[in-house]
Amino acid sequence: MSTYPDDRFYTKSHEWVRVEGATGTIGITDHAQQELGEVVFVDLPDVGELFDAGQEFGTIESVKAVSEVFLPIAGEVVEVNKTLVDEPGAVNEDPYGDGWLVKLKVTSDGDMAGLLSAAAYEKFVEEEAKG
Amino acid sequence: MSDTSAPGAPAARTDRRRREGSLFDLSHPGRTGVALPPLDVPAIDPPALFGSAHRSEVAGEVEASEVDVVRHFTRLSQLNFAIDTALYPLGSCTMKHNPRINEEVARLAGFSDVHPYTAEHLVQGALELLWLLEERLKTLTGFARVTLQPSAGANGELAGTLMIRAAHVARGNARRHILVPDSAHGTNPASAHFAGYSVIELASNARGTLDLAELEAKLTDEVAALMITVPNTLGVFEENILKITEMVHAKGALVYLDGANFNAFVGKVRPADMGVDVMHMNLHKTFSTPHGGGGPGAGPVGVGPALVPYLPTPTVERDGEVFRLSYDRPGSIGRMRTFHGNFGVLVRALTYIESYGNTIPEVAEAAVLNANYLRKRLEPFYHLKYDAPSYHEVVFSDRKQAAGGIHNIDIAKRLMDYGFHPPTMSFPLIVPGALMIEPTESEPKEELDAFADAMIAIAKECQETPELVHGAPHTTPVGRLDDASTAREASKPGSFAPVLRAPVR
Repeated sequence: MSTYPDDRFYTKSHEWVRVEGATGTIGITDHAQQELGEVVFVDLPDVGELFDAGQEFGTIESVKAVSEVFLPIAGEVVEVNKTLVDEPGAVNEDPYGDGWLVKLKVTSDGDMAGLLSAAAYEKFVEEEAKG
Repeated sequence: MSDTSAPGAPAARTDRRRREGSLFDLSHPGRTGVALPPLDVPAIDPPALFGSAHRSEVAGEVEASEVDVVRHFTRLSQLNFAIDTALYPLGSCTMKHNPRINEEVARLAGFSDVHPYTAEHLVQGALELLWLLEERLKTLTGFARVTLQPSAGANGELAGTLMIRAAHVARGNARRHILVPDSAHGTNPASAHFAGYSVIELASNARGTLDLAELEAKLTDEVAALMITVPNTLGVFEENILKITEMVHAKGALVYLDGANFNAFVGKVRPADMGVDVMHMNLHKTFSTPHGGGGPGAGPVGVGPALVPYLPTPTVERDGEVFRLSYDRPGSIGRMRTFHGNFGVLVRALTYIESYGNTIPEVAEAAVLNANYLRKRLEPFYHLKYDAPSYHEVVFSDRKQAAGGIHNIDIAKRLMDYGFHPPTMSFPLIVPGALMIEPTESEPKEELDAFADAMIAIAKECQETPELVHGAPHTTPVGRLDDASTAREASKPGSFAPVLRAPVR
């Protein structure tokens, strides 16, 4: 079953963000990788690109479909996870760790309004499953 | 076809037919399929004639007899699954029977042997066919004009979105966005992007259809068009379609209808009467032309009066009894492809339409009846996320089976053991674990029952012998393929290339 680390925030489009100082690390949730199935290709932005909160910043292709990923918070890309080029399966195997997607310089003063806590995200996933 | 006993335990793949190699494996030095008569002219000396270009031995070509080659290809053909083999329930694709009369007509010399540059007065019959097909499609859709050029559905979508852009540009503002529901075919957002628009996704409501509040909220003055599918990809009719088109028009935007599912209502309702401005039709779906090898298809696009000035050229015009090509359309978006599209496909589609004549509504009726028959039989065994009435297809999911660790791909693979093509999987995206079943109007009740029996047997296997389903398919030349590794390798630049030729020996 899915797990929900409580050191980060979540979106209804199944991304997570963990903020340490001025840096936010972004990935997709364990639930998202399970729904996607085996990930075969990850397309990420370039370092230096600026994004608004909620903006599409890349795509994840699995054996089932191509899905867009959206940024939980605004920021400038300072690092992308290059190991995913050769090992896209890391998104499946360790979505909260080695499978991270991008790191941002946070431009919104760490404003987490509109994001979900681990408990709230867990509840959201359960309700979505019922629907 | 009513034998539903489970295909047996996994058989060792030792049957010769199941491990048919390549033609190169049949090669033996010196073996040939022809016997030439004795040389009765002076022999030449190749090295003297060709110098360094002379090849002393043949490189890697097959040396085999006629019987070897005929048997090889016959065995390969017997491994094929085709619409001519059994029910092919690939949802959204409309894998209906391809009537043989279509083939007979398409092979008439006047259609099959004409060159596209032949002078117009010598190909009046071919031009009349194009004109008549446009007339028939106008009658069925209610549109002002139809272009026959686009090669298939997605090419038609591009033609349609380019015409939408041209119309907005002519009014002084191209606008920025196209609205697309989250249940749409993936080609819709792709076509909108190609035409230079950004895509705004509309979340579906609990019924699986367009949410009017969502539409209202996202329908700004910068929206160029709404792309909508009717019935949608869940097989559910947009019951608010008149309200929807009215709302879109009130904002000065246009409505694009993805006509992939036209077979659900052809002859019953005219899309133009719903307020649609532009729509493509997949002749290889609704109008029974072959899907062979991914093509060729045909995706004619019908347009209302507002978009007529932007149609691709040439169009076929009738002056009295004479048919001619017209290039006089200053606002045209230009050509969508060479000549007149896939002409042979157009011949087949017109043949299908003429074969039915006024009875064409029965196509839609039988398609809807067949889908609902399967829905009723399978509903107790498979989860239905959206229970709104089905039209031509029904989208189940693997939710009941997933609780036991079996997913849609396992069910799909197991169906192959029962002799059926799997349904469309994992689409539409709003149904996790989707199994999208479209039987089409072609299937007799016996075939529908055989398919339903197989699906029900698999549902029982999921509970009683899940390992049988997990390990499927067991009866095919190769078992479960590692699609993830294949896709991962293929996505690495330069690291993967399929072997399409024999190694030089």
